[in-house]
Amino acid sequence: MTQGSMLRKITDYANRADPYPVYAELRKTPVLHDEEGPYIVSTYWEIHGLLHDPRLSSDARNLGPQAVENLADEEDPALPPAFLRLDPPEHDRLRRLAMTPFGPPHTPRRIHAMRGELSRIIGELVDEFADRDRIDLVDDFSYPFPVTVICRLLGVPREDEPRFHHWAETLAASLDPDPDEDAAERRRVTQQARSELGLYLAELIEERRRAPGDDMLSALAAGHGPEGQMTQAELLSTAALLLVAGHETTVNLITNGMLTLLRNPDVLKQLRERPHLAVPLVEELLRYEPPVQLLPQRTPLADIDIAGVTIPKGASVWLVLASGNRDPQRFMEPDRFDPRRKDNQHLGFGSGIHSCFGAPLARLEAQLALTELARRLDNPRLLADPPEYRRNAVLRGPRHLPVAFDGLRGRDA
Amino acid sequence: MSGNGSLEALRRSGRIVIVGASLAGLRAAEALREEGFTGSLTLIGDEPHEPYDRPPLSKQVLLGKADADRTALPRHRELDAEWRLGVAATGLDMTARRVRLADGTEVPYDRLMITTGVRARPWPHPLEAELDGVFVLRTRQDAVALNRRLTAVPRRVLVIGAGFTGSEIASACRELGLEVTVAERGPAPLVGALGGVVAQVAADLQRAHGVDLRCGVMVTGLEGDSAGRLRRAHLSDGTTLDVDVAVVSLGATRNTEWLAGSGLGAGPRGIACDAGCRAFDIRGIVTDDIFVAGDVARSPHPLFNYQFLSLEHWGNAVAQAETAAHNMINASADRRPHVWVPAFWSSQFGVSIKSVGVPSLGDEVLIAQGSLAEHRFTGVYGYQGRVIAAVTFDQTKWLEHYQGLIETAAPFPPPGTTVDRRAEGLRPVPADFPDPSLPTHGPTVTLSGYSPTDRRITFTPARA
Repeated sequence: MTQGSMLRKITDYANRADPYPVYAELRKTPVLHDEEGPYIVSTYWEIHGLLHDPRLSSDARNLGPQAVENLADEEDPALPPAFLRLDPPEHDRLRRLAMTPFGPPHTPRRIHAMRGELSRIIGELVDEFADRDRIDLVDDFSYPFPVTVICRLLGVPREDEPRFHHWAETLAASLDPDPDEDAAERRRVTQQARSELGLYLAELIEERRRAPGDDMLSALAAGHGPEGQMTQAELLSTAALLLVAGHETTVNLITNGMLTLLRNPDVLKQLRERPHLAVPLVEELLRYEPPVQLLPQRTPLADIDIAGVTIPKGASVWLVLASGNRDPQRFMEPDRFDPRRKDNQHLGFGSGIHSCFGAPLARLEAQLALTELARRLDNPRLLADPPEYRRNAVLRGPRHLPVAFDGLRGRDA
Repeated sequence: MSGNGSLEALRRSGRIVIVGASLAGLRAAEALREEGFTGSLTLIGDEPHEPYDRPPLSKQVLLGKADADRTALPRHRELDAEWRLGVAATGLDMTARRVRLADGTEVPYDRLMITTGVRARPWPHPLEAELDGVFVLRTRQDAVALNRRLTAVPRRVLVIGAGFTGSEIASACRELGLEVTVAERGPAPLVGALGGVVAQVAADLQRAHGVDLRCGVMVTGLEGDSAGRLRRAHLSDGTTLDVDVAVVSLGATRNTEWLAGSGLGAGPRGIACDAGCRAFDIRGIVTDDIFVAGDVARSPHPLFNYQFLSLEHWGNAVAQAETAAHNMINASADRRPHVWVPAFWSSQFGVSIKSVGVPSLGDEVLIAQGSLAEHRFTGVYGYQGRVIAAVTFDQTKWLEHYQGLIETAAPFPPPGTTVDRRAEGLRPVPADFPDPSLPTHGPTVTLSGYSPTDRRITFTPARA
C-alpha cells in the first residue's frame, strides 16, 4: 500500500463512519511516508514518544518549504497563532496566562463550581424532549450544551451563536487535510472567518474591559496574574482558540458517546444503574472514539529517528491519535469498548505540553451529559446506524444522530 | 525449597513474612496476592499505624492543608493478612527461619521480605536533640508535632541541612509566613543530588522566597534554656541565631540494626541484594528465601555500570516491591530484574522539580531547554559521552523523552536541537558535584561498589 492511497483513505469520506480498519492497515507501517506528503505515525508508542519529544515543533513557521504547501491557515498579523500552534517558551507563557482564570493553581475550583450549572443546562435541554418520541441528538443536545457552557465560561453572549457558529465551523474545517479541496479557496474562506471572528472578539473584549464579569474573557483582559497580561493580539488568538475548541470537540465526544452506548445496550443499562461508571466510561470513550482523530500539524526541528525511519527536519508529521488508541501493542482487545478497562492511558486528549487545555471541562460535560441521557431517556434506540457523519476527518463525529425513545423519565426519578 | 512441587506448595500454603509495613511492604503484600499467593501473610511494622504516605508530610501536612492521619496509602486490593503493628522486629535467625519481635514472640517464615526502610538521621548530640523545639521529619508523629509547633508561630525556624526534605520544610515555613534560616554545609541546597550548576537555582529560589540561606556553614551546637526549650543555635562561622524550632534534615539512616549478627549482608548502607531482590549474606552468597525492597535495599543496576544503588525514591519502592514479590513466588527462569530507572520529584517554593536517572553520576550538564535564570529548565547530565540523567524545574512534561535517552544510552550531548533552546544550551558545562568523599546533607542517591564487569549494556524495559 503506498502512502498516497493511505492518505486518501484517511480523508476519504466513505471511511468516516468506520475509519478503524484503515488505521489497522496503517499500523503495519508505524511511520508511513513516500516522496511527497506527511509522515503518518499510527502506533501508540511512537505517537506517545513524539508527543513528548522536544525536537518536534508545533509551530508552522518551522515547516520546510515543501511541507508549507499543505498548510491551510496563513499568518495573520492581527490574529497570530494561538498557543496550540506555538512552542515553548511562548506556548508555556500563553498557556499559563490562559490557565490562570481556568484551573489550578490559581483557580482550582472553576470547573467544580460549574457542576450545578452544567446539570441545570442539561436538565433544561432534556426537558425539551418531553412531548417528543424522537430527537436529533446533535442539534437538540450535543451541540447546544457545550456551546452554552463555553459561552458562559468565556462571557460570550449566547444569542450571538448564529454569528460565531459559522466562523467556528469554517476554522474547524480548515484543520481537515482534505486533498480534494481547492486549497486557495479554502485559505481565502478560512482567512475571512479568522478576521471576522477576530473583529467580533475584539469588540467583545472591549466591552468586558469596560464592564468586567466573572467570566474568563474579563479575567484574561484584566490580566491580574503574576505574569502580567497578554497583548491584544495574543488575547484575540487565545479567545478564538478557546471558543472554537470549546465547541467543536465536546459535541463529538457526547455524540460519539451516546452512539457507542446505544450500540452497547448492556453498558447503557449499567450506566443508568451506576452513575459512577461515567468516569471510567468517558475515559474509555476518549480511547475508543476520540473527538480529535489526528494531529496534522507538527514538524521536527532536527532529524528524528523513529521506528526505523528518519523524519527529516521541516517535514510535516501527522500523529493519528485514534489509531494509537487502538494499537494492540498497547491495549488488550483494543476494538472492544470496555468501560472498566484498566491502565487506560489513552491519547484522546493528546499528551505532553499540548495535551488538551479544556480536558477537565470536557470530561465533566461528557460524564454529566451521558449519565443524564442514560437515566432519563426511556428505551432509546438508534434510527440510523451508521449515522450521517460530518465531512471533517480530524474532528470526527456524526452530523446528525436520530434517536427514538418511548418517553422521558422525571428529573429526580 | 526446590522443584515445581514445592514452589506450588509455597504459593498455595507457604508462610510469607514482610518486615516493614510502609509503602514497599504494603505494595509487596498486594503484589503477592495479585500473583496468586494464597498462603499466610504477616506484616510487621514498628509504627502503630497502617501504611501511610510520606511525601505529603513535608508538604501539605506541614502547611496544615492535609490531616496527618488522613495520609493512609490507598489499598489496591484485599490483603487477608495478619498485621503486627507497633512492634519492631529485633532479630533474625536465618537457619531456623524465624523473625524475633520486640515483644519476645517469634514469627516463622518460608520466605521473608525486608522492607524496613530508613529513619531520619538524628541530631548527633543526644542532649541537644532532647531539647524541646528540636525536630526531625520522617514519620506521621514527627509531622504532627512539627505542624503544631509551626502553627504556634515561632520567632524563627532553623532548618539544618538543605537536601530535598530540608528545602521542602523551608518552603513550607515561608508559605506559612515564618522566618526561616537554612544552614547547609555544602555550597548550595540540593548540591549533592543535582550538582552545583542546578543547585545555584535552588539557592536563588530560596533567597527569592525570603529564606535566610547560609551555605558553607555547620551548626555546631544547639542551646536551650533552663526549662529545656531550644533558644539558640551556634554556627561554625561564629554567629549565633535565636531560634525556637530547629528541624534536623541530615538525611536518613537505614533500618538494619535489627539484623546485626544474623549473617545477612546488612549494614549502615543498607542490605545488598541482587538485581532480582534476593539478599546477600555476609559471605556474598545470595540467599534464596530472603528478599529486599525499598529504601533499605541496595542493588546493582545494569544501566549504571552495575553500581549498587540505594534509592530513597517513592517510585523505586513500589517497583522494587512488585519485582521482589514476583520473584519470591516464581521459579528462577520466570524471575525479573529490578531495572527501574531512578526517578524522584520534589515540590518547593512553587516549583515542581523532577529527575530521572542518576544525576550525581554526571560529569557535565546541558541546559537543553529553558533557562536557569527563569527557574524553568531541563538539565541533561552526561557521563562518559552518554546521557545518564535529567532534571526539570517546572518542565515535567519533557522528562519522559530524556528517560528514553537514558534507557537507550543515547550520546551526550544529544545531537540536534529542541524547542526552547537558549544560548546557554549550546554546550554542556561541568555539572559541579562536590567530592563524594566529603559529607553533604542527604543526597538522594548513594553509590558504591562495582561489579567485576563494568561494561555498559543496552536494554529497553518491557513496555506495559
